[in-house]
This record gives sequence, C-alpha cells and structure tokens, in this order.
Amino acid sequence: MSAVLIAVLVLLGLGLVFGILLGYSSIRFKVEGNPLVDQVDSLLPQTQCGQCGHPGCRPYAEAIVNNDEAINKCPPGGLSTIEALADLLDVEAIPLDAEHGEEQIKKVAYIREDECIGCTKCIQACPVDAILGAAKQMHTVIVSECTGCDLCVEPCPVDCIDMLPIETTLNGWQWPVPKSGVELIATDRHPGIALEADA
Amino acid sequence: MKNTVKVHSFHGGIHPPENKKQSTGAPISLAPLPSRVVLPLQQHIGLPAEPVVNVGDRVLKGQLVAEAVGRISANIHASVSGTIIAIAPHPVPHMSGMEAGCLIIESDGRDEWIEHQGLEDYTRLPKQELIEYIRQAGIAGMGGAGFPTDVKLHLGDDHIVNTLIINAAECEPYITADDMLMRERANEVLGGIEIIAHLLKPLHIMVGIEDNKPQAIRALHAALDNSPLNLDIVITPTKYPSGGEKQLIKLLTGVEVPSGRIPADVGIVCQNIGTTTAIYRAVVHGEPLISRIVTVTGQAAGHKQNYEVRIGTPFADLLDHSEVRREQMHRLVVGGPMMGITVSNEQIPVIKTTNCLIAGSIEEMPPQPPAQACIRCGMCEQVCPAELLPQQLYWFAKGKEFDKARHHNLFDCIECGACSYVCPSNIPLVQYYRFAKAEIRKEDEEQRKADHARIRFEARLERLEREKIEKEERRKQRAIEAAAAQAAKKDAALSRATTAPASGTMASGAPDLKQLKSNAAIARTKLRKAEKALANAQEKGLEGIETLQATLQQLQLKSEQAEKAYTDAQNTPVQKHTQTAPETDLKQLKNNAAIARTKLKKAEKQLAAAHESGDGDIDALKAQIAELQAKNIAAEKAYKEAESGNNPATAADIDTAELEADIAAMQGKVDKAESAWKAAVESGSPAADKMAAGVDKLKDKLKALQDELTNLRSSASVTPPATVDTSALESEIAVMQGKVDKAENAWKAAVESGSPAADKMAAGVNKLKDKLKALQDELTQAKVSTAAKPAPMTKAEPATSLKEMKQQVSIMRTKLKKAEKQLAELAEGEANPALEADIAELKARHDVAQAIFNAAEAEKAADAARQGIDLKQLKIDAAMARAAVTKAERALSKAEADHKQTLEEELLAARTEAEKLNSTLERFSE
Ligand code: SF4
Ligand code: SF4
Ligand code: SF4
Ligand code: SF4
Repeated sequence: MSAVLIAVLVLLGLGLVFGILLGYSSIRFKVEGNPLVDQVDSLLPQTQCGQCGHPGCRPYAEAIVNNDEAINKCPPGGLSTIEALADLLDVEAIPLDAEHGEEQIKKVAYIREDECIGCTKCIQACPVDAILGAAKQMHTVIVSECTGCDLCVEPCPVDCIDMLPIETTLNGWQWPVPKSGVELIATDRHPGIALEADA
Repeated sequence: MKNTVKVHSFHGGIHPPENKKQSTGAPISLAPLPSRVVLPLQQHIGLPAEPVVNVGDRVLKGQLVAEAVGRISANIHASVSGTIIAIAPHPVPHMSGMEAGCLIIESDGRDEWIEHQGLEDYTRLPKQELIEYIRQAGIAGMGGAGFPTDVKLHLGDDHIVNTLIINAAECEPYITADDMLMRERANEVLGGIEIIAHLLKPLHIMVGIEDNKPQAIRALHAALDNSPLNLDIVITPTKYPSGGEKQLIKLLTGVEVPSGRIPADVGIVCQNIGTTTAIYRAVVHGEPLISRIVTVTGQAAGHKQNYEVRIGTPFADLLDHSEVRREQMHRLVVGGPMMGITVSNEQIPVIKTTNCLIAGSIEEMPPQPPAQACIRCGMCEQVCPAELLPQQLYWFAKGKEFDKARHHNLFDCIECGACSYVCPSNIPLVQYYRFAKAEIRKEDEEQRKADHARIRFEARLERLEREKIEKEERRKQRAIEAAAAQAAKKDAALSRATTAPASGTMASGAPDLKQLKSNAAIARTKLRKAEKALANAQEKGLEGIETLQATLQQLQLKSEQAEKAYTDAQNTPVQKHTQTAPETDLKQLKNNAAIARTKLKKAEKQLAAAHESGDGDIDALKAQIAELQAKNIAAEKAYKEAESGNNPATAADIDTAELEADIAAMQGKVDKAESAWKAAVESGSPAADKMAAGVDKLKDKLKALQDELTNLRSSASVTPPATVDTSALESEIAVMQGKVDKAENAWKAAVESGSPAADKMAAGVNKLKDKLKALQDELTQAKVSTAAKPAPMTKAEPATSLKEMKQQVSIMRTKLKKAEKQLAELAEGEANPALEADIAELKARHDVAQAIFNAAEAEKAADAARQGIDLKQLKIDAAMARAAVTKAERALSKAEADHKQTLEEELLAARTEAEKLNSTLERFSE
C-alpha cells in the first residue's frame, strides 16, 4: 500500500517540479513578438523604400505573415528574396510583380553639393538617417549607410540628388557565371594524367 | 639525399607536364631598367595603400611612395628613381581586366638609391620593432596570394607556433622562379629563414621541396652546412598541387588543417621562399621590396629564363627583352597555367606576386573545347586535393543552390583547377566555384548591410516617436504656462485699475504685451485644434460639420482679435520700447502670415483630395479656403504694413526687389502658360481658347508689373535697387539664353526627325529669342541708369540678393530641366498631348507656388539683413514655401497617373487658385 502511495507521491512531486519548471521557463524565455515576422523581415533587403506598398520592410513582413500578402512585391530584393521567402513559407516562388517596379542595379544617392540649398527635406525623407546636414547648410550622403531607396530624390526642391549606380571596384568585382566555350587556362593537357587515389 | 622526416601524402592531385626545364638553362639575369614603372596601390590582400607623394615629385629608388592603411596592408616603394608623372587608374593584373589606382614613375635612368642601411644585429632589436621594420619594407607573400608578411609574423603573439614550414614546392608547371632563387641565392634564403625563426621561435623548421629540383636541394644543403639553423629539408614527390598551403602541411606533418581554420590554429606557419629572401634583404641590407624574380617562358618566348625585375615594370618591356615572338604568342598568362590568369594588355605591370609570365603558343595553350554534360565519371572527385565533391559543387553552383554548396565546404576549395584539368567533359568547374563563392560573399555582404539598415531604421523610428512625445509634453507645458499667464493678466488688470496708471514705464508695458501674446497663442492653439477636428470630421464624413465650422469661424475671429490686440499694443509702444517692440511685432506678424499660409495650404490639399475622391463637402471647403485666403492676405498685408511703417526709408528697396521677383515669376508663368496653350492647340483640346485668354491676361499682368517697376525705378531716389536689379536681370538673361539654346536644339531635333511639332517649336524659339532680346535691352537700360546715378550701397543688400538669386537660379534650373524633359518627350512622338497640356497647366500652378517662395525669400532675405531677424524665421518661411512646391509636384505626378475627368476638375481648382494667388501677388507689390 505504502509503495503505491510513495509511487503516487513521487509522480505527483515530479509533475509539480516539471510543471513549475515549464511554467517558469515559459515566462523567463518568452519569445517577444511574432518570430515568423522576424524571420520574414530578416530575409527582406531592408532598403525601406516602400515600393512594396507598405511603409517599410517590417510592415511588409507583417502583411505577408498576417494578411497573406503576396511575396513578390519587393523589387530591391528581386528574385533571390522571393525564392528565400518561398523557401521559408513553403509556398511556390512566383515572378516579381512588375507593378511595384523592377529589379534594378544597386544605386546610392549622391547630392550635388554646390546646388544644395540646405532645406533638410531629404533628411526627413531618409529612412535610415544616411544624410548629413543642417538647415541652410550643405547636405551630403553617407554612402556606406545609404540603402539606395530613392526616397530622398523627390522631396528635393532643386533636384540636386542623383541616384548613381554603385561602382564596381577591384575588390567588389565578382566572377560572372561561366559561359561554356570560354577560354580557360588549365588546358595544356597531354596524356599521362595519373590518378592518385593513394600516393 | 635522404629525408630525415617521414613524408605523408594528401588526397588526389595530378601530374600535368612540368615544362620547367626550358627556363632553368640560364642563370637569373637583371632585366633592363624600365623607362617607367607602374605601381598599383594594391598589390596585396587588404586595403590599398595611400599615396604619400604628389604628381611631379622626384623620388629615389626605395623611397616610400604609398603607405599602408590599416593592419592588413603593405607599403609601396619606388622601384626606380625618377618623377611621379601620374596617380591614376591603370590596368592591373586582375581577373576582371579592370583598372585600378596606380602610381606611375618616369625613370630618370640614374637608378639612385635612397639612403638605406640594414640592421647590424637584428637579434638585439625587440621583436615588435623588428616586425615593424619588416612591415616598413612593404613585404607581402610572394608565392601568389600577397598576404602582408608582417601579419603572419605576429602570429607568434597569440598562437603557439610549433612548426615553421618554408614552401619551396613550386608545384605549378612552367614556374621556376623559386627554383632558380634557391640555386643561386641559397644563403639569402637561409638568412631569411633565420630571421623568421628568430621571430616565431618554432620548435621545428621544415623546407618542403619537390623532388624535381635536385640542384636547388643541393644548393640548400650546401648553404645549410655554414648556417646555425637546425632545419629539415623535406623532399616530396612531384605532384600538383603540393605547394598548396594545406596540402604541404599534410605532406610534411600529416596534420590536417580543419575546414575554416588557418594553419596557425594547429601551430603551423607557412612562408614562401621568395618572401624569406625579401625579408633577408630588408633586414640585412635595408632594401624594401622593389624587385622580384620572374620566370619568362612559353613557346613564343625567345629567351626562356628568369629575370630579376623591378616591381612595376610593364609586361611589354619584359616580353621585348626576352624577344617574345608576338605573332606566335596566342595567349599571355600571368602566373602558372593552372591558377594563373590570361591578360590581354601588355602594359599591365609586374607586381609583388607576379612569379611567371607565359607567352603561350596556340599549340601550347589551345582554346578550351566546349563543355559537355557531366557524365558523373567521378574523376574530379578522385583528384581533388581538398577532398571535396567537385561534381556536387558543380551542380549546386549551376543551380544557384549556394547554401548547399556552402554546406559541402565550397570554401575549402583552393581553386587549384585539378578537377577542371581531368574532367573529360571539359566543364569549367573552377569557374563555377569562383562564381558561387562570389555570390555567397555578396549575399553575406548584403545580409550584413540589410541588418545594419534595419538597425538604423528602427533607431530612427524610435527617435521620431521620442520627439513626438517630447513635443507633446512641451505643448502641454506651454498650455499650463499660458493659463498661468492669463490669471496673472487678470490680476494685473485689477491692480492697474486700482493703482493710478504709471507714466509709461518699462514695467507696465512689458507684461501687458506678454500677456497679449500668450492670449493670441492660446487662441491660435484652440483654432488649430478645431481645424484638426473639422478636417477629421470631413475626412470621415461625420455629422456635425456645420457646427464645427461655425465654431471654427468663431475661434478664428477670436484668434484674430487676440492677435490684433497684441499687435495694436505693440504698434503703440511706450517710448522706451521703440527699440525692441517693432522687432517682436514684425516677427509675430510674420509668424501670423506664415501660419495663415500653412492653413491655407492645408485646406487646399483637403479640397484637392475631396475633388479626387469625389465626396466630401466641396463647397464648404471652398468657402473655407476663400476665407483662409482672405485671412492670409490680411495677415501678410498687416505684416508688410508694419514693416514699411517701421522702415519708411527702405520701403522703396523692398518694393523693387519684390517687383522684380514678381516679374520673374510672372515671366515664368507666361512661358508655362504659353507652352501649355500650344500643346493644347496641337492636341485640339477644347480648353485652348480659354487658355489663350489666360495667356493674354498673364501677359497684361506682366506688362503692368514691368511698367510699375520702371516707374518705381525712375522715381526711386536711392540707387542700390538698380544694382540688384542689373544682376538679377543678368541672371535672368543667362537663364533665358539657356532656354533659347535648349529650345533651338529641341527644334532642330524635331526638324530632323520630321516631327509635326517642328513649326510650333520654331515659333516658340523665335518668341524666346524676342524675350531674350527684350531682357537684354532692359539690362542695358538698367545699366545706363545705374551709371547715371552711382550711389554708395549698403553692404548687406548685395549679399542677400546674391543668396536669393542663387536659389532662384537653381530652382529655375530645375524648372528648365523639367521643361526639357517634357520637350524631349514631345519630340519623341506625342503620346498623350492632352495629358501634357494638363501637366503644363499644373506646372504653371507649381510655378506660382515657387514664385511665392521666391518673392517671400527675396523679401524676407532683404529685410532680414536690415532688421537682424535672421535664419530661424527665414527657415520657417522658406520651408513652408518649399512645402508648397513639393505638394504641387506630388499633385503633378498624381495627375499623370489619374484619368482625365478628375484632372479637369483639379485643373479648374488649380486655375482659380492661381488666380487668387496672383491677386495676392499684386497686392504685395502695391
Ligand atoms: S540617402 Fe536617399 S536613397 Fe539613400 S537611404 Fe537615404 S533616402 Fe534612401
Ligand atoms: S532636399 Fe535637396 S536642397 Fe534640400 S537639403 Fe536635401 S539636397 Fe539640399
Ligand atoms: S570529371 Fe567532369 S564529367 Fe566527371 S564527374 Fe566530374 S564533372 Fe562530371
Ligand atoms: S579546384 Fe577546388 S574542387 Fe577542384 S580539385 Fe581543386 S580544390 Fe578540389
């Protein structure tokens, strides 16, 4: 009898301990917000340009998760973003919705500084605070911070902001996709290639 | 010669034909002094060096010309004495064939050394200083990658270095530079190893050398007999790529460097044999890295041998010296045939990592046959020295499944080319891996940037939120203060009633004004709130709009009364206050005017929105706008009156400046209206007649304004305005000239393309020319009159007028650009003329807004200079005027998208608005 009692008590005790443990950890390690939104947001290019029709990348991510918004509305992300989103959400990848703009080469804003009248309009438009300046002073873009979103171009009353394509430098240069039939070097082949499974 | 240590083996590898014998026949010879050298600022891994000389400077051989930037970078020294003739982009040895920043030195032929001296006893120097000394010499790995050597020498600081491996394998076909170096300069090689050993204090030193270099091995052994060094010369079987860092480590020690780690993590440091020599020369002789051994070989080369070449020597010089038969040369390869790159430009210079030049004939280096499908033979896998699955990687790279490629250790691939070499289907496997690696790196970089942008974006949102809250709090604070002030005022009134009126002392005048001011502020705030409520209600179509409007009107009345009371009080100042009162007064008035303007704009925007959506109480809104406009005008008038009352002496100045701005604006309007009209006529729009009338009207107005200006000018006794006038005129003329030019160009283009609009354009051009003429005449007149009445002018005025003119000009430019764009579109072929006309109309509206801005700016700038009220006020006004511009532009872009019906309505509204604004303008100038 007492054995049964002990077993019951032990089980009860275990249940209690684990219950408390689980309860505690659910409070202690609570995940803030919607983790799926975070995941989707992290796949978006964070240009914050609003071309998707939402006021920024996160709102678009929220719309995708909560309102079943289509995943093909982000032109700066292009096909690779759509594919990544399709992968994450386990849906079919669809081509970019041209209505929201086309995938373009990466650009960065440039202010023609001697024409700037220092109106600060562009600063107010920039979503990532990439523009430096003060009222009635010349303004300039911090290139490394600019996402190329285009939002500062329109508000400028003297049209002195250009979107320039990012120049490829020696360090930024990339190997292109190989085309078949291109000339390669490792070719002075003669017979006598020894395969060495083991030396 | 027996190995004293056991030689291990690495997986895979190939045995391509060696082709080394050709270039070992002759000893290393000095290449002739180049007439000019090209020194790329980046010859190493890491950041490009920063030039420390200027074009035109004379430099000596060995002089520092570019300095390392950051930790991973290398100095660059002049390799000849002479003059810097350029610091400019020049082709460099790079796969992309792109240009990069280079220093170009023209040799003076004297080859003069800068003063240099080696260290007498480097062992006495602290290690850090010795490493710094080596860093100063600009030494970077000479085996191929070009990793700055001093960084590797620092590895002893945070890693325990057990084994130092000197890489003398030189496994790639054709190249014999290291081989010859060891044969002829074994002492220097060992001397360099001694220095490195001194720095790293390894337990064990090994020199890995392939068994196809018996003479070099012998030379090393001979030199070793006279050296205190305790090292093992390990002879390895010839197999490509035994010279790969990880492969050589495996061969010599049997240790495998784990994926993603560096050899130092397992206690091993590797150095190339060429690098050790460079270190020796730097430390013992004090010579920086300015020359290196380069193998020139290939079937097309006349003398296949090794040369000691100055860094920066163009390939062409070297090829000429070795008498390369250009007609036979099919391909020029830099580096070995397996990992080298083909270059097409012979002006590319030798850099620190250039070890070989192959002038290959077509038989030697035939074009790659076209790739075929992978037959899954698995040969690539058998030869891969990194034990990867090249075939799998190929599929992943081809299918752009970069994640999978990465998980299959793509980054362990050393791009040795062995897999491509054996592939029976001739698939360019290495190229695929390079592509995939680049893509992955790019993705990583983008991810990093995106994360950064997100952080900044979120920080910004947070900041905006915070600012909003702070603003709200400040507003509340002000409200409380205002209430307190009100109470105080009541008290004051009471006390004033009881005590006899003081005889206009400072004390009694000041609080009164303050109270009045806060009264006005409160009234304004209430008014704003009511307006907001009204707007809200209208937007949502809620009931009770009428009541709200009634309240609004009441509040407006109150607000005006309060402000009036305040201004009255200010206008009848106590004697002692004359200094300060008018100023505050003006400021206040200006504020009023600005606020009135904003309100007006808001209302207009609402109206436009209502038009668009077709609902909302349009009539009520219109009435409201009319009211607001009246108010606006009144406010500005009050301000102006006050101002002119304060400064009767300068009134004439203001007037002319204003008039001029008005005229400029009017001129712009006339132009726009005309072009719009023309477009309308072309497209046969029914609105054309109306437009023509409008144009005439505008012209009349312009005329009137001009007359007025002349009148004023002739009557003005003060001359400064005339000076301002001429410069303004001149800039106008310049703008006009530009317009004429553009118009002519456009016209010519139109004629060429046979566009039907050409005739119209010609007429337009003529008209523009006439205008230009008129302006020029005016200028001469103005100049004459100025000359006739030369008078001293104040300093502030020209400055302000300049500033204002600059902005005007820049805005004009923008306008001009837009017009041009339009014109270009027109010339290209009439897509939608009706729409264009509408756009032109909208532009006119936009112009009006800008004109207001100009006028406001001109006037504000002028009196700001006089009054000493400055930037802050100016800023507010300018910002508001500009906001009008932006809004107009937004409306413009919307108009382009929307359909015609809405457009027409909006146009009507715009026209009425323009009309009203005109009247405002006229009032201003009266
Ligand atoms: S500078 Fe302009 S383009 Fe760049 S992020 Fe800011 S708003 Fe966008
Ligand atoms: S919007 Fe244009 S004029 Fe205004 S501050 Fe920015 S760059 Fe300068
Ligand atoms: S060697 Fe070529 S054909 Fe054979 S498995 Fe590898 S890639 Fe395919
Ligand atoms: S190129 Fe890369 S995959 Fe091909 S054999 Fe060499 S290490 Fe292996």
